[in-house]
Amino acid sequence: MDALLVRLIILLPLAGAILTGLVPLFMPGLRKNESLISTIGTLAVAVPFGMVVYLFLTFDGNAFVATFYTWMAAGDLSVDFAYRIDQLSLIMGLVVLGVGTLIHVYSIGYMHGDDGFWKFFSYLNLFIFAMLNLILADNLVVLFLGWEGVGLCSFLLIGFWYTDLKNSAAANKAFIVNRIGDFAFLLAMFLLFRELGGLDFDTLLNGVDTLSSTTVTMAVLLLFLAATGKSAQIPLFVWLPDAMAGPTPVSALIHAATMVTSGLYLLARMSDMVLAAPGVMVLIAIVGALTALVAATIAITQTDIKRVLAYSTVSQLGFMFMAVGVGAFFVAIFHVVTHAFFKALLFLGSGSVIHGMHEVEHDLEHEGHDTSSFDAQDMRTMGNLKAYMPATHITFLIATLAIAGIPLLSGFFSKDEILFMAFQAGYNGMPVAYAVWAVGILTALLTAVYMTRAYVLTFRGEERWPEAPSIAPHESPLSMTLPLWTLAILAIVGGYIGLPGVIADGDWNWIHHYLAQDYGGPVADLADSAGFSLPLALKWLLIAIGGGVAILGVSLAWVAYDREGLAFDDRLRERLGPLYGVWEVKYRLDEVYDAALVNPIRDIMGQGFAKADASVVDGVVNGAARGAAAFGRVLGRIQTGVIQRYAVMMVLGVVIVMALILFV
Amino acid sequence: MELTVNWYLALSAILFSIGVMGVLFRSNAIVILLSVELMLNAVNVSIIALAQMMADSTGHILVFFVLAVAAAEAAIGLSLVIALFRTKPTVDVNEFNLLKH
Repeated sequence: MDALLVRLIILLPLAGAILTGLVPLFMPGLRKNESLISTIGTLAVAVPFGMVVYLFLTFDGNAFVATFYTWMAAGDLSVDFAYRIDQLSLIMGLVVLGVGTLIHVYSIGYMHGDDGFWKFFSYLNLFIFAMLNLILADNLVVLFLGWEGVGLCSFLLIGFWYTDLKNSAAANKAFIVNRIGDFAFLLAMFLLFRELGGLDFDTLLNGVDTLSSTTVTMAVLLLFLAATGKSAQIPLFVWLPDAMAGPTPVSALIHAATMVTSGLYLLARMSDMVLAAPGVMVLIAIVGALTALVAATIAITQTDIKRVLAYSTVSQLGFMFMAVGVGAFFVAIFHVVTHAFFKALLFLGSGSVIHGMHEVEHDLEHEGHDTSSFDAQDMRTMGNLKAYMPATHITFLIATLAIAGIPLLSGFFSKDEILFMAFQAGYNGMPVAYAVWAVGILTALLTAVYMTRAYVLTFRGEERWPEAPSIAPHESPLSMTLPLWTLAILAIVGGYIGLPGVIADGDWNWIHHYLAQDYGGPVADLADSAGFSLPLALKWLLIAIGGGVAILGVSLAWVAYDREGLAFDDRLRERLGPLYGVWEVKYRLDEVYDAALVNPIRDIMGQGFAKADASVVDGVVNGAARGAAAFGRVLGRIQTGVIQRYAVMMVLGVVIVMALILFV
Repeated sequence: MELTVNWYLALSAILFSIGVMGVLFRSNAIVILLSVELMLNAVNVSIIALAQMMADSTGHILVFFVLAVAAAEAAIGLSLVIALFRTKPTVDVNEFNLLKH
């Protein structure tokens, strides 16, 4: 029964992708039938969501593996299509399918009237299929299949409006940067297979003790490098901001809520192995903290609403890596969950805003304005949208406060738990964790500031587009606002699954007890974290600092931007001088990569390899053709047309075969 | 000197070889057809001999099938020769060599 459910959960989205993608491909008449396509596409995600809810509710605490068939068997290597249902994969499944369903519903309104409506739903379904392979896989190979699958769908969806060269360039960039991480993933698999002789999680995690520390360090380092690609960390995060070229629901689903968290999922899944490499964990913590800080500072200077959110995503992912670095894997997953709620909500809200601003652009064009320089995503042309889009406004405000970490909203609990765990790791004798904690507090302050800035510039102040208020945006349709409200509720209450340690001594931290190995879950804890417990007063102090920083940041930014609007950006620029300049040009990372890697490689390819291609490769290809032709000319001599010659050869053949049979 | 099955098989082999040589080296299409018949009957001889030796009537039945097939083959072969003769006034197979490289 359960194995059948797992099968259906995985295959239904694939069926949806085929029905909404391949069928309209051959029957163009169906492409315009939006209601049919959206119904199939949404049900293909909503039904599996219901099944995962059922599995979640009836789950008895024992992980089970559903093996369908052997995918490949060669020598010692045997890889099955096997899927593992345990606490970790159930949590991820709930998030992916739950948020996925909402975003499918949202897309019905957002993509209405687009020529590629059918294609869009097909890609989304395919993405869900790949993501399910990733999170439910029982071995690294199937996980890698999903890993590549989501990368492919990300590529397809970033370049969804491919007629604009900029969008295809962004898609290529995402794909190529991710290649580096995938390469590391492959190397990690080769290494682990050589050392342990298997790639399913039981073999890998039970075999950690038998490995030498060098091997574990190498393997975890490679896995971490893989995670930095997919989860957009230094040095590989440059693709994520550009990935905003895709439609906004894609940014919400793939580039905020689900795909970019798969690196965290991988590390949490391999937590036993990660814990065996403390040196790499320090590196992970430092990289996470740096990424969080760098991305947050860039986010303050951005004027494109989606880019603010993109850098915010990078920054929040940095927080999650901090948690992994200090050995608090369950907190990373906790933040994955709450982040999925409020960041998806922020993106969908921004999508609603962009939808409205497109309407303004259209009306302006109608009135005879020159709209070539009008950018529907630029916050500098927005303002006071709260008067026109009340539902979007309220839900965006909730998400802003949640991500800022205002107490009692979801982001507060998860972010505070990360900071708390970092501090505790320092207390337990990991000096670098104090630094990570300090960077985390600073980043939390910046987060509150840039998110409030985005909110105020978008929804408050005065209308900054031409001809306001005679031309005005309108609230989005119900199919878009309904997911907004649902996610808003989740963004408020989502944090209560992980109440902090000050309440009932941590006994009410449901997600910890659900996931942690001490309670029968799959996620390991740092062994000595229970050893030194912080004094209760210190715990309260840490929470007060975390909450206080958020309130401080929000109120500062609120007052500043509400009073001065865009002018405050200029004041910041004057005040901070070169520092702001560095933030504004995004630390010139793209330019550095271009100069250090892209251009040299392009030159080498253009000068060396192009010539080698023309002479060597083409030579081989043409030589093969010439050789075949010459051989044919020789062989053609036999074809005389004289039938008796042929008969002679047949008889000779028979004689030779007979001789072989009789005398050899 | 007793008449063992080996004599029959030797006869069959000689007849078969003569037939093969005829097919390979004679140029007259009619003669080639005759040589094919010779090969078929060489096989018949060996089948009959072996059937007799094994005291099994299956071989005898098989021979009738071979004879029937040989008759059909002769009919088709001769009609092909006539068709060839209509395109060129000769039955020399070396003249029919259009199907070549």
